[in-house]
Amino acid sequence: MSKTKMEFSVGLLLCLGLLAFVFMAFRVSGLAGSTSTGKQFSVLAYFDNVSGLVEGAKVTFAGVTVGRVQSISIEPKTSKAKVLLAINEQTNYISTDATAVVQTAGILGEKYIGLTQGAETEVLHAGSEIFDTQSSLILEDLIGKLVMAFVKKDDK
Amino acid sequence: MINGVMQYFVNIGRTSIESVQAFGRMGVLCWQSLTQRNTNMKQELTLIIAQLYSIGVLSLLIIALSGLFIGMVLALQGYTVLSRFGATEALGQLVSLSLIRELGPVVAALLFAGRAGSALTAEVGFMKATEQLSALEMMAVHPLTYIIRPRLIAGIIAMPILALIFNMVAIYSAWYVCVALLHVDSGSFWANMQNAVDFRLDVVNGLIKSLCFGVVVTLIALYQGYESIPTTEGIGRATTHSVVLASISVLGLDFVLTAFMFGT
Amino acid sequence: MTSVLASLQNVTFKRGDRSILKNMSLAINGGKITAIMGPSGCGKTTLLKLLTLQLEPHIGNVTIFGEDAGFYASHEKLLALRQRIGILFQSGALFSGLSVFDNVAFPLRQHTQLSERMIRELVLIKLHMVGLRGARDLMPNELSGGMNRRVALARTIALDPELILYDEPFAGQDPISMGVLKDLIKKLNSALGVTSIIVSHDIAETTEIADEVYVIASGDIIGAGATSVVKNLENPLLKQFFQGQADGPIPFHFPAPSYANDMGLQK
Repeated sequence: MSKTKMEFSVGLLLCLGLLAFVFMAFRVSGLAGSTSTGKQFSVLAYFDNVSGLVEGAKVTFAGVTVGRVQSISIEPKTSKAKVLLAINEQTNYISTDATAVVQTAGILGEKYIGLTQGAETEVLHAGSEIFDTQSSLILEDLIGKLVMAFVKKDDK
Repeated sequence: MINGVMQYFVNIGRTSIESVQAFGRMGVLCWQSLTQRNTNMKQELTLIIAQLYSIGVLSLLIIALSGLFIGMVLALQGYTVLSRFGATEALGQLVSLSLIRELGPVVAALLFAGRAGSALTAEVGFMKATEQLSALEMMAVHPLTYIIRPRLIAGIIAMPILALIFNMVAIYSAWYVCVALLHVDSGSFWANMQNAVDFRLDVVNGLIKSLCFGVVVTLIALYQGYESIPTTEGIGRATTHSVVLASISVLGLDFVLTAFMFGT
Repeated sequence: MTSVLASLQNVTFKRGDRSILKNMSLAINGGKITAIMGPSGCGKTTLLKLLTLQLEPHIGNVTIFGEDAGFYASHEKLLALRQRIGILFQSGALFSGLSVFDNVAFPLRQHTQLSERMIRELVLIKLHMVGLRGARDLMPNELSGGMNRRVALARTIALDPELILYDEPFAGQDPISMGVLKDLIKKLNSALGVTSIIVSHDIAETTEIADEVYVIASGDIIGAGATSVVKNLENPLLKQFFQGQADGPIPFHFPAPSYANDMGLQK
């Protein structure tokens, strides 16, 4: 095995490795495009319950990802969950009376925040607050309601 | 009879002490090889490249073939189960997560131990038996610098590369089976995968795992060869030991790493 | 009066509790071929390792090139020393991955700054001395045993050492190879003025070329001096060794209970 052939094949190995790495980074884990390339502004929203929502979860508008959940904490005075949403700067068309709902991707999937457009002409900007919020659907409560409904039906 | 029982405990004690001693010697070997740099950088680079060829390039075939088959099997088995729940769009994420987090680093490491690890042990053992290591010493060239160090460095570099290639081949072969044979939607295959796989949590952790495995497998292989009994049976026994020990260590280390990385 | 190139003074070397060499003193004279012989396990290899400073004696001193072993404590001095000594290993110890040429060139490339052209010429000269210039591009596994050893010899003399140690050079060789090696050892000694030490049990071959002989048994020197003198000494162990007698001071029978007893003929 001549020296040049050997060096060539080692170079090929390293290239293949790099290719595999790039493949893993972009095609497999969807690295590019998921993290915002531009600036973001923060919007506040208070929820009764954000069970299952994690920091970094996506924020969507009409189903399209427009930002990420920046932080989740508790507001002790009102006993609500205080969620900071980081929204891409280019998204400057969401009205101030938009609705923020904690939704689930699929039945058992991860939680994310879905925004629905309101009627106001004013749009969300840095420091705005979303007032119309809906908490996450807790499966156990849903089942409880269903059971209660059946029980009531039986009573009738 | 009491003597027999006592002897049993003595043996256990001795084996444990010797194992810890061996572990220590391995650590010393690793440290000395990594710190005793070759004064001639050009020569060292040439040696490392030569080793990358014999350890990395020559292992490529078995890694790629194994990746091919494992990817296809994963897709088939996954389909069998998921189709019962109508959840076949999740195949992409099933296959990729299994591979990136566990199968890729571990299986690639086991194959590496079998193919490259055993070759390393046999080579170094042979050099010891034919007094090549002594000859080097007598020519004032330290065998650790000239023989062990390039092999150690090449092994540590090659392992993650091979694991990545394994994953890539496996995912593509799984994709082929899913889309061409099982009629899963190609778009949702990739899309669900991209959603489920996190770069930092999964890909980077998988890389860290294969790096650790690379160190472990190469070090065990080199140590077994370096300390082998310089006879033909000695080399044979050292080679077997090296593969068995490396494989078990990889699996054990995998448990520890997984607990740290993916555990709560 | 030739000078003493290397010596051991009152050296004792132990492995565990066993003394391999006991209070041994010997001197290697410059320019001569000295043979160190003895039955198996007498400590010949340990002696070699003491002379090359690979091992340290538990008691006593080793002197090389007129300096005490302690003189060579620093890395540079040890490096310089190792370049003045050449060892021909029993197995040849050629590097299996390198060609014959590269094997002989190895010490030159490692320790000198000579250009590739100069190295090529030196390598070819050394290979020519051992008669294998034409084999320069072969790989070690393509060589016969005898050729292997000759290439190893060429590599040993690559840096023109002053002292050459031969570890069992004649072991397992066919008569022609043995003849070739004998010839080479003698020629190297006279042509290059080196000092040679041969460790061997081949009586016939070794005594033919050695000027001086040390016979070692169980860690002691039982015969020392000029070859012709030692060969004719009256020591029964020496006689058994030199004449290859099956029975003598080293008994034929391994210690065992009486034969009659084992055969059931006696109670």
